[in-house]
Amino acid sequence: MELLSGADMIARFLQDEGVERIYGYPGGAALHIYDALFRQDKVKHILVRHEQAATHAADGYARASGKPGTVLVTSGPGATNAVTGIATAYMDSIPMVVLCGQVVSHLIGEDAFQETDIVGVTRPIVKHSFAIKHPSEIPEVLKKAYYLAATGRPGPVVVDIPKDMTAPTERYEYVYPKKVKIRSYNPVTRGHSGQIKKAVDMMLKARRPVFYTGGGIVTSGASENLTALVKRLGFPITTTLMGIGSYPQTDAQSLGWLGMHGSYESNMAMHHADLIIAIGARFDDRVTNNTSKFCPTAKIVHVDIDPSSISKTVRADVPIVGPADSVINEMISLLQGREMANAEALPEWWTTIDDWRAEREGKLYEASQPGERLKPQEVIEAVYHITRGEAFVTTDVGQHQMFAAQYYKFDKPNRWITSGGLGTMGFGFPAAMGIKQNFPDDVVVCFTGEGSFQMMMQELSTCKQFGTGVKIINLNNETLGMVRQWQDLNYKSRHAHSYVESLPDFQKLIEAYGFTALKVEHHDELDAALERTFADNDELVFLDIDVDPREHVYPMQVPLGAMRDMLLSKTERT
Amino acid sequence: MRHIISILLENEPGALSRVVGLFSQRNFNIETLNVAPTEDPSLSRLTVTTEGDDRVIEQITKHLNKLIDVVKLVDLTEGNHIERELMLVKVKALGASRDEVKRTVDIFRAQIVDVTPSVYTVQITGDASKLDAFVHAMAPIGILEVARTGVSGISRGDKILSL
Repeated sequence: MELLSGADMIARFLQDEGVERIYGYPGGAALHIYDALFRQDKVKHILVRHEQAATHAADGYARASGKPGTVLVTSGPGATNAVTGIATAYMDSIPMVVLCGQVVSHLIGEDAFQETDIVGVTRPIVKHSFAIKHPSEIPEVLKKAYYLAATGRPGPVVVDIPKDMTAPTERYEYVYPKKVKIRSYNPVTRGHSGQIKKAVDMMLKARRPVFYTGGGIVTSGASENLTALVKRLGFPITTTLMGIGSYPQTDAQSLGWLGMHGSYESNMAMHHADLIIAIGARFDDRVTNNTSKFCPTAKIVHVDIDPSSISKTVRADVPIVGPADSVINEMISLLQGREMANAEALPEWWTTIDDWRAEREGKLYEASQPGERLKPQEVIEAVYHITRGEAFVTTDVGQHQMFAAQYYKFDKPNRWITSGGLGTMGFGFPAAMGIKQNFPDDVVVCFTGEGSFQMMMQELSTCKQFGTGVKIINLNNETLGMVRQWQDLNYKSRHAHSYVESLPDFQKLIEAYGFTALKVEHHDELDAALERTFADNDELVFLDIDVDPREHVYPMQVPLGAMRDMLLSKTERT
Repeated sequence: MRHIISILLENEPGALSRVVGLFSQRNFNIETLNVAPTEDPSLSRLTVTTEGDDRVIEQITKHLNKLIDVVKLVDLTEGNHIERELMLVKVKALGASRDEVKRTVDIFRAQIVDVTPSVYTVQITGDASKLDAFVHAMAPIGILEVARTGVSGISRGDKILSL
């Protein structure tokens, strides 16, 4: 029997759980835990420069690896700084465990120094939370936290740890709990067979079917199965922003992604479909546009592990509660030996879709001329080519995010890393940092803008400390591009506070941290700068590229319209 | 439509706030709320009445079920059920109205549980509409204070909400 203090239990548990790297920032209430981490060398701690970055870095790691990220912060401001990152993970169903120091038990409720009711503050943005009431319960509570974070529909779990729970003087028996049971929590392991059969029958008869798949495919590691299913049926597939990479985007059956800035052919296909097979997607308002006009002729099969996602905004005709992976598997086996009653209708459907594709071919944006400022789209395409489409790509939020999603093509899941649900500016750089530290041999690119980057740029210091070679591509249009776009469209171009005054000299700023920064002002300079940026995979390089500030993201769905109602450029609409 | 949802909840600190928080977070409506321990010390029973169409009620029950602290729940209004609420009311009892109060109390099969020269304290149980009717009947005489427990309920027959 082994006796350990609460703090040592935490350090030991993290080792036993196989956690390699945690992201955090010390402070009074967490100091016993930090001391325990200091006295071991298996779990590596990455010291960030702001707690929000710790959550984004752990989140980036989780999205790239599929395993829960781990964060350690102190009480009060340490914990509240982590809130935006917790909400980001919650909205995108990312597994994460956040360990928060708390003031000693007997001071709780007395407005003690650095006290915040973090369980209360984070209640609406966590999958669950725990407060440690006795040191002896630490191993079991932590096991529950990791179990809850990673299973079912994943999400962040907060563990609040009063300082006296980790006191070095009090020791209790430590056993690593291999398994835990929570009586009220039994995530489904398979879908309802009758419903799956019904869905398969519909698929075989549909004349204008579309797959619409989301982040749930990425989360449940169902990409291979999904690809097999879609190939077997020969149907078109569109994904959500979160589902990018869940099906190879360079494949002919892929229509790209859908929704507000999704591809023309995706939104058209959805609107005209007679069967939508939604898997691991949640009919988010950025996808559906006006739900009362949503896909008027379609029957809807909706597969999701979370029953509350089904029929939340759009009524499903065939709801299937279950993990994407196993439901798709069952669909594949039910299809064996079955004949496609729609064999004749499908080619016609594809002809319609190919016509839509042809309509927009070559018209997506106007290229820049030598000597001009680059178009942001061109930069994304160039980075796609130089990285051969194999990089981990993180983004911040805004126009550059949409351009990156449109012009970087992903053939694999877990490579496209973006804050979809919450839309958190400042996410991209720390997320890239978290990924690079865990996948040092891969190329990690962060597309950002001069607005977003300044929200988390202090992490340059962390990258310096840990030698983290991320590639930061700053699409610098000197404006909050998406805000400006909306102001152009809805506020007669009154650009209220969307112009970022007094931008820093990014080159000097980056060089102050000892990194390389390159500036691209014109079209002609891009290729050489990209060559230099990606020359050494271990080197952090910041590429500051002047892009056309007048560019808008298109297509753009018309507010309150149907899926097919889109602006296609500044002068065209459907 | 009005629904009565009964929940077996982990008897843990913060569990109640998760349920209540869910309603405000998701813009659902709570009309009454009643919570107390059960025969099993690890469980509380919470009963909430809420308004909503089928779609809203479906979302409410699904989201409640997602809460880790919610062990089990039932929408009592889906089947035959018994609904009760207890109310304590202080009413003015002076002069002629003293008899009037007493008569109304008898009609409603309520009980007077405390008496002063000027005030009767009445205890009454029943479904929410009976309590409403009593309040309505007493209003002209003069209600001084009302304390209602909120609705509690249970299914009729052999149907049981337990682990």
